Amino acid sequence: MSSSLQALWTSWYVHDVLVALLVLWGAWTGVRMRRSDYWRRAFAEVARRRMAAVSFWIVAGYAAVAVLDSVGWHPVLRDGQGGILRATDGRVVRDARGVTALDWVLTPIRTAREKTYSAPLAGRQFTTEFVRHADGTLAREYPPLRHPGRHLLGTDKVGEDVLYQALKGVRTGIILGVVTTLLIIPFAIVFGVVAGYFGGWVDDVIQYVYTVIASIPSVLLIVAFMILFGRGLPQLCIIMGITSWTSLCRVLRGETLKLREMEFVQSAEAMSVPRRRIIARHIVPNVMHLVVITMVLGFSGRVLSEAALTYIGIGVGADTYSWGRMINDARLELARDPVIAWKLGAAFAFMLGLVLPANILGDAVRDALDPKLRTR
Amino acid sequence: MLTYLLRRVLYAIPILIGVNLVTFALFFLINTPDGMARSILGDKRVDQAMIDQWKAERGYHLPRIWNGDAQGTARLTETIFWKKCMPLFAMEFGRSDLDNHDVGEAIAARIGPSLNITLPMFLISLVVNVVLAMLVAFHRGTYIDLAGLVLCVLLMSISVLFYIIGGQFVFAKVLHLFPISGYDAGWGSLKFVLMPIVIGFLSSLGGNVRYDRTVFLEEINKDYVRTARAKGLPERAVLFRHALKNAMIPILTSVVVTIPFLIMGNLLLENFFAIPGLGSYVIDAIQKQDFAVVRAMVYLGSVLYIGGLLLVDVSYTLVDPRVRLG
Repeated sequence: MSSSLQALWTSWYVHDVLVALLVLWGAWTGVRMRRSDYWRRAFAEVARRRMAAVSFWIVAGYAAVAVLDSVGWHPVLRDGQGGILRATDGRVVRDARGVTALDWVLTPIRTAREKTYSAPLAGRQFTTEFVRHADGTLAREYPPLRHPGRHLLGTDKVGEDVLYQALKGVRTGIILGVVTTLLIIPFAIVFGVVAGYFGGWVDDVIQYVYTVIASIPSVLLIVAFMILFGRGLPQLCIIMGITSWTSLCRVLRGETLKLREMEFVQSAEAMSVPRRRIIARHIVPNVMHLVVITMVLGFSGRVLSEAALTYIGIGVGADTYSWGRMINDARLELARDPVIAWKLGAAFAFMLGLVLPANILGDAVRDALDPKLRTR
Repeated sequence: MLTYLLRRVLYAIPILIGVNLVTFALFFLINTPDGMARSILGDKRVDQAMIDQWKAERGYHLPRIWNGDAQGTARLTETIFWKKCMPLFAMEFGRSDLDNHDVGEAIAARIGPSLNITLPMFLISLVVNVVLAMLVAFHRGTYIDLAGLVLCVLLMSISVLFYIIGGQFVFAKVLHLFPISGYDAGWGSLKFVLMPIVIGFLSSLGGNVRYDRTVFLEEINKDYVRTARAKGLPERAVLFRHALKNAMIPILTSVVVTIPFLIMGNLLLENFFAIPGLGSYVIDAIQKQDFAVVRAMVYLGSVLYIGGLLLVDVSYTLVDPRVRLG
């Protein structure tokens, strides 16, 4: 039973349902926000800036790639002639690892493996090899590729398409940026608002906890966590959540302290509205803009950290595609002669392509939601 | 002022205790000594006897918090917490899990090279960032300001790995200005540390200048600045003599807040340029899975951070008379 449960969990089907729920929830939140006057005005403010609007669509494009790469299925395995493989009991054999929708779209470059390095759009291999000609002579030359001209960004040492790897890295970056925030928001809101609203010893305890965590340099806390619990995307999300939780919690506590003294909260208290409802109806909606600001501004930092952490060997595991892993794999390629720059270049370019728009969008969102923090 | 400083120092003590408890919980409660032994000895082909031996050799065989078998105070002292975590308060870091070297000695030997990079980088960036930010703020609303802002966002969006890999490639391999990596004692280290300093400085430039500029703009819109202008002071005097002093408070705070990132940058910088400092010590410990070293470094890092915050408090009293009197 437990093994079949585990099989269900590791299969794509459960995963697909979760992703669908998450996307639906995101869409529903978006629709609900559009109904609120405050958020609609903020959206309009962001959309009015052309750079921010362009950035939004770029980030959305990355997110779409990440969603495509998060749904998948187990394709039926076929033999050489195209017939369906069957086990001895007649059941259809399926690929255990599965392919994602992105894999399926990218099939032409995913399956086009070369032997080793090839330059972008090259027709021949980048390195020389002994080739036996038809007349039996042996010559050292650049052998033709199996799939000439198909690799837009070339192939790496083991002959895997670089564009494919860079696109697969999108999901890791987006997950770190988004899921981490979703993990911490409930905790930060509950603890921050409770500390600010109730004050007293509750406030003291919560303040003490987040001061202690914030006193440990986040890098070292991440290092300790990852070395204890092993490399991997889930672990990375959790520990990045723990380290960024403190700043959001502090901000929310401060804002709640201010809100608590406002007339609308005071009057709700005078009318003996239950405290839980005051928090839910009057305080939390009024701190949500800070949550969104922190979420958007923290996004790019996490994408950048992932690369650095994976580089020093504590980021995502070796079976996860990520830009950090690409950089780590290609770390010595600039020291070669002739220089091989396309894998490093692709990883950095894809990272910049996400982080730069995310930063621009973050600034616009902050300016729209909190005019006091305006940078210009 | 003395009572103020004393209060700040006393406030740091419970935080240090908390940090120690967090590292204890992380390394010995959430993860167990058995788990540590297993991950070092390998999951397969390892029996309980080997794990017990590994733990006994390193003193991890004791109970974690309370030793029920012992007598008197030994119930408290013959525990992992007492033996491994209490000495940290006295800055005794114990020994490595792998080759039994003294962690405290290693830290003492490695702190010099680290400071050789960190201190110049810190000072250069503090001065240059403030000057650049004032320059941009001085020209606010013009194309210089806009160009500066765009450049800052661009610099912020580039991975630190790019600065390091690209810098090493351009300065060392193409231009042959510096050696690619290495370290030497005394003044010989100059040619080795120069490139990491410059690269570390560049990688933090964008974010810092942008933040400092925001602080300046906030100050510039305050009443005392308007008064100074109304007196007929030149804009330069207003910025340098009036706004700078007041802007230094949030800027100093932001500088200390970036210390963790400075350490992070150092991990990468020291690793890339083969500098035998604390950063490369951590990376070595990560690669060898030396838990004792990582635990010691987590605690040391927090002590440095808390110490930095104390220094900021001291510097507040120098810049802001209100704090001195309060």
